[in-house]
Amino acid sequence: MEKRAFFSSKILPYALLLPQLAITVIFFYLPASQAVWQSFLLEDAFGLSSEFVGFENYRLLFQQPEYYRAMVTTLVFSSSVAILSLSCALLLATQADKQLRGGEGYKTLLIWPYAVAPAIAGVLWIFMFHPTLGTLSRPIKAMGIDWSPMLNAKHAMILLVLSATWKQISYNFLFFLAGLQAIPKSVIEAAAIDGSGPVRRFWTIVFPLLSPTTFFLIVVNIVYVFFDTFGIIDAVTGGGPAGQTTTLVYKVYADGRLGGDLGGSAAQSVILMIIVIALTAVQFRYVERKVQY
Amino acid sequence: MKHKSFLAALAIGLATSTSAFAQTEIQWWHAMTGANNDVVNRLAEEFNNSQKDYKVVVSYKGQYADTMNAGIAAFRAGNAPHILQVFEVGTATMMAAKGAIKPVYQLMAEAGEKFDPKAYLPTITGYYSTAKGEMLSFPFNSSSMVMWINKDELKKAGVNEIPKTWPDVFEAAKKLKAAGHNTCGFSSAWITWAMIEQFSAWHNVPLATKANGLDGFDTELKFNSPLHVKHLQNLIDLQKDKTFDYSGRDSRSEGRFTSGECAIFLTSSGFYGNVKANAKFDYTSVPMPYYPDVKDAPQNSIIGGASLWVMGGKTPEEYKGVAKFLAFLSDTDRQAKLHQESGYLPITKAAYEKTKASGFYEKNPVLQTPLIELTNKEPTENSRGLRLGNMVQMRDIWAEEIEAALAGQKSAKDALDAAVTRGNQILRQFERTVSR
Repeated sequence: MEKRAFFSSKILPYALLLPQLAITVIFFYLPASQAVWQSFLLEDAFGLSSEFVGFENYRLLFQQPEYYRAMVTTLVFSSSVAILSLSCALLLATQADKQLRGGEGYKTLLIWPYAVAPAIAGVLWIFMFHPTLGTLSRPIKAMGIDWSPMLNAKHAMILLVLSATWKQISYNFLFFLAGLQAIPKSVIEAAAIDGSGPVRRFWTIVFPLLSPTTFFLIVVNIVYVFFDTFGIIDAVTGGGPAGQTTTLVYKVYADGRLGGDLGGSAAQSVILMIIVIALTAVQFRYVERKVQY
Repeated sequence: MKHKSFLAALAIGLATSTSAFAQTEIQWWHAMTGANNDVVNRLAEEFNNSQKDYKVVVSYKGQYADTMNAGIAAFRAGNAPHILQVFEVGTATMMAAKGAIKPVYQLMAEAGEKFDPKAYLPTITGYYSTAKGEMLSFPFNSSSMVMWINKDELKKAGVNEIPKTWPDVFEAAKKLKAAGHNTCGFSSAWITWAMIEQFSAWHNVPLATKANGLDGFDTELKFNSPLHVKHLQNLIDLQKDKTFDYSGRDSRSEGRFTSGECAIFLTSSGFYGNVKANAKFDYTSVPMPYYPDVKDAPQNSIIGGASLWVMGGKTPEEYKGVAKFLAFLSDTDRQAKLHQESGYLPITKAAYEKTKASGFYEKNPVLQTPLIELTNKEPTENSRGLRLGNMVQMRDIWAEEIEAALAGQKSAKDALDAAVTRGNQILRQFERTVSR
């Protein structure tokens, strides 16, 4: 006997697909193609006059040393945030997965930060670590560290990585916890009976079985740090000091929205789009092979 | 929407046969915080209570740059507010946006409101007018940069005279630092406004060619002169042990003065409302310091603060309300009160005369400081004002370079050279977008 869903109508499948297609077109292809078009224009902030300039915006962009610096900053920032948030979340998830009294309470608390808007998260961290307003900057200074994120690029970057990571841990935690709970307990128990210790059990059984989750999270986290962090950067450092915490996406925001340079900003977002598409393709092509479903 | 509310009002009017007016709403977007936010709300409330046809609705849109960008974005999306508060550095961008704005002189003429441009203080209106003297935006909160002094702390540190020159300031700051102010001898908000823009005007040196842009958009930046380099180098040296301590690009760190951390602090005279409300010490404000070896210094300062731009594309009825509101703001008593409470400058001559005649300045010398600075000498090419396109973006670039210098990554000369070169690129791009 063959089990197969059958649609006699030719229109129905298209109708069912339509909402998804419409959303993709309206919210992705349309703005993306607009960005591409905009990147070939020179326009004033109000959009009153525009001129087609071809690849000039791109040419100007690649002449800017600041643009290359933003690339390096992005690399440092995104890898730090991704590694830190994934490892912290994995650690927290494995601990929360144990039989604990009040475990539900811990889990809820760990998930909370995800509900905080990026800009608010940024402000929160500013109130803790602002060199003069911050409640925690005083003890840091008391320890003899000259804490000055307003001029010291390293301090600014640390502050930024911490706040962006803190924001993302909850999300990763949720997925890791769900992944851990899907691993059959019998397998782990069998290994325990065979005499392998908790560390060995984790690396030989749990971690490989978590690989689909990990892979998914790596992709999501990279997209997060590439696209979703400008609110935090704006609130915490404003890209400073001296533009050293300006990532690619923050530069798009700063040049376009704050600076009114729409053509240049559009060119940057097109390049950013290409980078992320390439990254995702590489991940699916090469990293996914190591994933066991 | 408007149609519906009109019909609804009509229906109600017919049904109850009492007169029910549909109020016309006037959206006013602003960037005022703290004590000045209260002033804005109160002004709107007073206006709304004074008549029934119009209702001014105020919305706070963040810092100056945020407010301006929110206005531009709203214009592009087709729902700009009626009145947009734009800080002085946005002036060139707004002026160039013909069609996006409604010039104030035109608005007042069309609405038939009484309006005499000569009634306003020329040092202020000059900034917001065309070469022909047509007022394009309505001056609202004008200020200048002054030096705020915590007299109690200066006395404690053994500084007996309030510093007048930069060398005085450096010396006082060193004494303050020795007396326990180890995180901040002196500081300043708005780093580029203080150390480049006002600094240039106050020392009568050009910031840019073509009278700092007032005579045309084909202007070139000039603030990498030996004097500018020397000043930045002094700041770099003092930053090393926090005798000078950097406080950021905007006004967010102004609290360092009111909290007592920094006893000498350069920022806007419009900070007065917050100082009055929060400072628990004897304070005053004095003119900005200068280098005594520079010929003709000090010159005069230039204005800061913001003006109100009326956005284009609204109905005549709405414009009538806006004009009424601007006339309401110009009222002498109201202006005098606004000036005396907020620390912003009086915008009309009558309000200034009235305040002066009442003996207010003898009791409140703080509020006279910016006026003394602005009228110190007859303005020159270098001190009339600034009109540089995309200035918001440029200020960020200048600040970036200054930060790099203060952090010890670049020499003063390299930083200013880079700021000039990068700024000039932006000016050329702006020139291209407006010349067509």
